Amino acid sequence: MSKLNARIPEGPIDKKWTNHKNNIRLVNPANKRLIDVIVVGTGLAGGSAAASLAEMGYNVKAFCFQDSPRRAHSIAAQGGINAAKNYQNDGDSVYRLFYDTVKGGDYRSREANVYRLAEVSANIIDQCVAQGVPFAREYGGLLDNRSFGGVQVSRTFYAKGQTGQQLLLGAYSAMSRQIGLGRIKMYNRHEMLELVVVNGKARGIIARDLVTGEIERHSAHAVVIASGGYGNVFFLSTNAMGSNATASWKVHKKGALFANPCFTQIHPTCIPVSGDHQSKLTLMSESLRNDGRIWVPAKKEDAEAIRAGKLKPTQIPEEDRDYYLERRYPAFGNLVPRDVASRAAKERCDAGYGVNATGEAVYLDFASAIERYGREKANVEGIQNPSLEKIKELGKKVVEAKYGNLFQMYEKIVDQNPYETPMMIYPAVHYTMGGVWVDYNLMTTIPGCYAIGEANFSDHGANRLGASALMQGLADGYFVLPYTIGDYLADDIRTGAIPTDLPEFDEAEKAVVEQLQKFIANKGSKPVDYFHKKLGKIMWNEVGMARNESGLKKAIQEIRELRDEFHKEVMVPGELNGFNQELEKAWRVADFLELGELMALDALSRTESCGGHFREESQTEEGEAVRNDAEFTFVSAWEFTGDPGKAILHKEELVYENIELKTRSYK
Amino acid sequence: MKLTLKIWRQAGPGKAGKMETYPIDGISPDMSFLEMLDVLNNKLVTEGQEPVAFDHDCREGICGACSLYINGEAHGPDRGVTTCQLHMRKFKDGDTIYIEPWRAKAFPVIKDLVVDRGAFDRIMAAGGFVSVNTSGNTLDANSIPIPKDDADKAFDAATCIGCGACVASCKNSSAMLFVSAKVSQLALLPQGRVEAQRRVLNMVEQMDKEGFGNCTNTGACEVECPKGISLENIARMNREYIKAGLLSES
Amino acid sequence: MGFFTSSIGRKIVMSLTGLFLITFLIVHLGVNLLTLVSAELFNEASHFMATNPLIQAMQYVLALGFVLHISQGIILQIRNKQARPQNYAMNKPATNSSWSSRSMILTGLLILLFLILHLKDYFWVMKFGEMPAGQTDYDLVTGLFQNKLYTLIYVASFILLGFHLDHGFQSAFQSAGVNHRKYTPMIRKIGRVYSLLMALGFSLIALYFSFAN
Repeated sequence: MSKLNARIPEGPIDKKWTNHKNNIRLVNPANKRLIDVIVVGTGLAGGSAAASLAEMGYNVKAFCFQDSPRRAHSIAAQGGINAAKNYQNDGDSVYRLFYDTVKGGDYRSREANVYRLAEVSANIIDQCVAQGVPFAREYGGLLDNRSFGGVQVSRTFYAKGQTGQQLLLGAYSAMSRQIGLGRIKMYNRHEMLELVVVNGKARGIIARDLVTGEIERHSAHAVVIASGGYGNVFFLSTNAMGSNATASWKVHKKGALFANPCFTQIHPTCIPVSGDHQSKLTLMSESLRNDGRIWVPAKKEDAEAIRAGKLKPTQIPEEDRDYYLERRYPAFGNLVPRDVASRAAKERCDAGYGVNATGEAVYLDFASAIERYGREKANVEGIQNPSLEKIKELGKKVVEAKYGNLFQMYEKIVDQNPYETPMMIYPAVHYTMGGVWVDYNLMTTIPGCYAIGEANFSDHGANRLGASALMQGLADGYFVLPYTIGDYLADDIRTGAIPTDLPEFDEAEKAVVEQLQKFIANKGSKPVDYFHKKLGKIMWNEVGMARNESGLKKAIQEIRELRDEFHKEVMVPGELNGFNQELEKAWRVADFLELGELMALDALSRTESCGGHFREESQTEEGEAVRNDAEFTFVSAWEFTGDPGKAILHKEELVYENIELKTRSYK
Repeated sequence: MKLTLKIWRQAGPGKAGKMETYPIDGISPDMSFLEMLDVLNNKLVTEGQEPVAFDHDCREGICGACSLYINGEAHGPDRGVTTCQLHMRKFKDGDTIYIEPWRAKAFPVIKDLVVDRGAFDRIMAAGGFVSVNTSGNTLDANSIPIPKDDADKAFDAATCIGCGACVASCKNSSAMLFVSAKVSQLALLPQGRVEAQRRVLNMVEQMDKEGFGNCTNTGACEVECPKGISLENIARMNREYIKAGLLSES
Repeated sequence: MGFFTSSIGRKIVMSLTGLFLITFLIVHLGVNLLTLVSAELFNEASHFMATNPLIQAMQYVLALGFVLHISQGIILQIRNKQARPQNYAMNKPATNSSWSSRSMILTGLLILLFLILHLKDYFWVMKFGEMPAGQTDYDLVTGLFQNKLYTLIYVASFILLGFHLDHGFQSAFQSAGVNHRKYTPMIRKIGRVYSLLMALGFSLIALYFSFAN
């Protein structure tokens, strides 16, 4: 168990972070200039960390595989960012945000980390406003808030449906400033392919220049992994096409433990799959559930008629509709947490009530919201006895003002007008709560190697609440890592620059080049996508929204076979030295093919249901998830042994001192 | 759908390139444009040929990576969308589709349809920020009220995704819409006002150094911009620039 | 400090000189329209323009305005061409911009040719040349339009000028930083009316004297 010391500071929970900051070792400004830090990934976590570390005086080398740090996938986050500001006077507080996040995570996250997250959340909003992030405001000039799933206060700050974009551009501009000052050396279109460990410490990376194909060595005193989550294991997800697990996985293979890999979040409101050609899935912001009502036909024959194209949803009378979330969870209704909403949709579709041609879609209906807003608006405008048409017209305008860009996006993709006919949605892979195991300082089990943002496992337990990913990314990058990293780097002020001609660099580079050459030399017959799609299908069917023992065992077997086939049959055209997108994909998919197996293994070992992880063996008669606190109140942290299927499980026991473990109920 | 694709192929930076013709079949109208290219590429790979290189990432119209000049227009014939949001239903069976990279001296081609937009990053590094360090001690977010109208205008400018369609569509390859969007966003907010002068001078200087052309107010950029960034921003930048030019002491 | 050699600085020069030339054209048209009223009035005005010291001084400013506007226009065009060394194989600019906005250099250069012709035939003769005995400025102005080809060149040039002004008018405001949700649509309308008036006004005079006799 020596491997897992979370290093949680002593003291009451609301004093831990302050005490820790007061007692932590610092690096003085003159010495910071002597220290190099590598940051891999430039999303909210990596971007904000790189900027903050550079502001403090460290030499930062930042890497992103995109052509600019501004394109990291944090940019696609729509809904908002939580912060315990209590501007709405609805009783919000740090404790309440902490409590909601732990409960939302189904009691599988570390109390001290989550409390710290809630504590710094308010600072994030201050910081972003100071940077010029244009959050939505009210007419009085003050910031506006909205509410999100799984909570009962309005604490979400937003910028229309583009909050992630605005926050990322804020972090990117802070980075740009440091790039201009020469304190960040930016490596665009570079991908980290290996971690270099010297004498047990992370001392650098091997990266590939994606334009020239050159393999480069970069040394530093610490390496920060901020490369996001691994949702693309499923091929189809709301992640960007390039989002990958390579950095996290390579770190894992070099000794960092990987925690809770099976905790993946399936987002309930995505545009359904339309065919085999599909390359990615598009999210419709959770904020839509504030006003949209989710339903399927109550009669099977109606659902069948709809699937056959013989019936339109608007023709189904109110009494023949099943608003299943409102029926099952009257207290939270359509605003239950994501995992609950997703499973409920799957349950209905599996039972044969799904509505599009594939039978895998449910309706998200705005008709009643349009009517409600229309009546309100008519009242405001003093229109007496408005006609239903007038009401709808007014209501549509209100809905358009709130969600116009999302409705337009839907119409562009599906070619249906969501103001007239209900949207079709279905759950899709969105976020991964699991990730590289880190201690309270966000350091992995490799000294000097840190993981922040979605790449680590720390704050969301088994399920993440809406608008909390942005909060965590920025908290880690702006307010946590810049302090905690000093504690480690304080030992390195006399080390001097790390040479890149050490044997460890030679070895790491050699391994990378050999694997790359193998891909190019491998004259297989099938493109990378073929294998990735196949892996995605296995993962979605067996390690998706519902899992069971036999399915998981089958998945492990199938993944192993697919992995072998991949290495024999993959076809990578082009050259090593030059821009080669197929080679990039091959490298990433090779890692997914290993990670996928570990995910299945983790899911197999956790026989309880919790959050996004639903084991069919562990449910009530009504189909609600059953957690097993007596046996599973721990973090599963896996150690790599050379074969992902033979990883060793380490357990970090989770201790709840401030929150009582309860059955999560949204009824 | 059956289509004929005419695609710019170029092996590397500075190398000669040319338009090549690729017939393609079995395209569904529900596919996105990039999914159509995926089909082509998987076909090419299976045949042992090099696939067509193109930039793309989020495939939901927000990262700004995709950048194709399709049938004579940036991001193709649809309005208010990026290439990844363009769907094949906008084309007809039997169509010939020209696919080219952004053309500008400041955006050199890396390979096929991929260009280097590093110039945008360098312009940002010259001044596209508010000089405020990370600290837990900034002003409370609500301490400076901002008129909703200003906040909304700043937001509208800030929705720029940096794709470069403005440069690609402009007959002069001018980057004024991109630069003005950032200048405007920060000039409209009290937090950015403080260093507005320095910012506009530095960003314009860098823009000129990168070799972009000059704005002649044709308005093509505004029409082709997937995010509908307004020409108002260019006027605002001109204003800011005149003010800064007249008032600056150096 | 490079203000006037920056991209925006050059645009501002174009804008200010353009607005100045726009004002000049109003005066010019005003004086020319007097030909339609009476020969004496026009001759008087012409004499005033040729002798008033203030106007004489303004001539140099005007010349400077032309030189700056034309030279900057050409410099900008060269720079803009350099900014795109490789053209598109397929381009559809008409889908996103007006012909007049894209053709400023073309209309501008043609107007420059016309301007040279115009200066040679009128300005040069009036200012430095020998007026034939007994001929007034009025006779000179109206006389040349007896030549139908000459009239055609004139009218064609004014139509080009109209297009040039239609874009130039509103563009000058935009470059100078004037863009307002309420007023810009108005500026565009005024610009259109102004350019129509200029093109029609000058053409009318040419056509009138071409066909009057």
